[in-house]
Amino acid sequence: MSDPEPNPPNPNLEAAAAMATEVPQAAALGFQMVSAADARGVMHAPWREDLVGDPDTGVIASGVVTSLLDHCCGMAITATTGERRPTATLDLRIDYMRPAAARTGVTVEAHCYHLTRSIAFVRAHAWDADPADPIATAQAAFMLSPAPVPAPGGAA
Amino acid sequence: MSPEEQLQAFLGRVPYIRFLGMRAELAGDELTGILPFSPHLIGNSLLPALHGGVIGAFLEMTALAQLAVTQSTPRVHKTIDVTIEYLRPGRAMATYARAELRKVGRRIANVHVEAWQEARSQPVAALRGHFMLAED
Repeated sequence: MSDPEPNPPNPNLEAAAAMATEVPQAAALGFQMVSAADARGVMHAPWREDLVGDPDTGVIASGVVTSLLDHCCGMAITATTGERRPTATLDLRIDYMRPAAARTGVTVEAHCYHLTRSIAFVRAHAWDADPADPIATAQAAFMLSPAPVPAPGGAA
Repeated sequence: MSPEEQLQAFLGRVPYIRFLGMRAELAGDELTGILPFSPHLIGNSLLPALHGGVIGAFLEMTALAQLAVTQSTPRVHKTIDVTIEYLRPGRAMATYARAELRKVGRRIANVHVEAWQEARSQPVAALRGHFMLAED
């Protein structure tokens, strides 16, 4: 077994990482990028007292999971196209299998499984402790804008 | 409790609703969800536009608020599934939403919600969802 080559700097990864921190809603929810490669993105939202949806149980609000699913789908698209193009969500279907565990953050993996010139099709699932035991799954379609987003400062 | 008291009890006890900054008003038994604009709701800084997740969450919370008013229980009803359709970009301004209870059974409710900004006739998003009704 040969050692893998060390990974070169990956512009896709940088663009994807920026998505977790630069977008105001993502920053407000404390999203953290876990990984972005090969048309897949993984992102985590830590539990916070002010994000609870059911005060009886202390479970994180489904609205946070909605934002995380939508956002992580966008990151999976970035990990597919290799550039940060603005995307508009066309539709988003979410099934909630079970509540998350109390006082626990949520992680989402999204997979952009098909891409046309203008549309991206993405599936995602969310879990609290075990990726094989999801709290929610999602299916979404996104419209891609033609032009990549210019980098801050005007550099290409 | 009166419908108004039930509404305020629901809005007041869910921390995430305070995070969004959402309010709601009642006219009889019809509820209007109100999401004032706030910079932390932005998903696209260039346009600028509200985050798709925020719009979806606001629609869902409006459905839950409407259920809290008509299906009185101190507990929060549970979302089973939602389908959100995005019709126009949510601009950096206040958003409103109204929910229609299409069917309320013994255990499950089907709810449609529509959100708009400047004009009710130009919705920005719509949601269809199923909710498991909480028991007292």
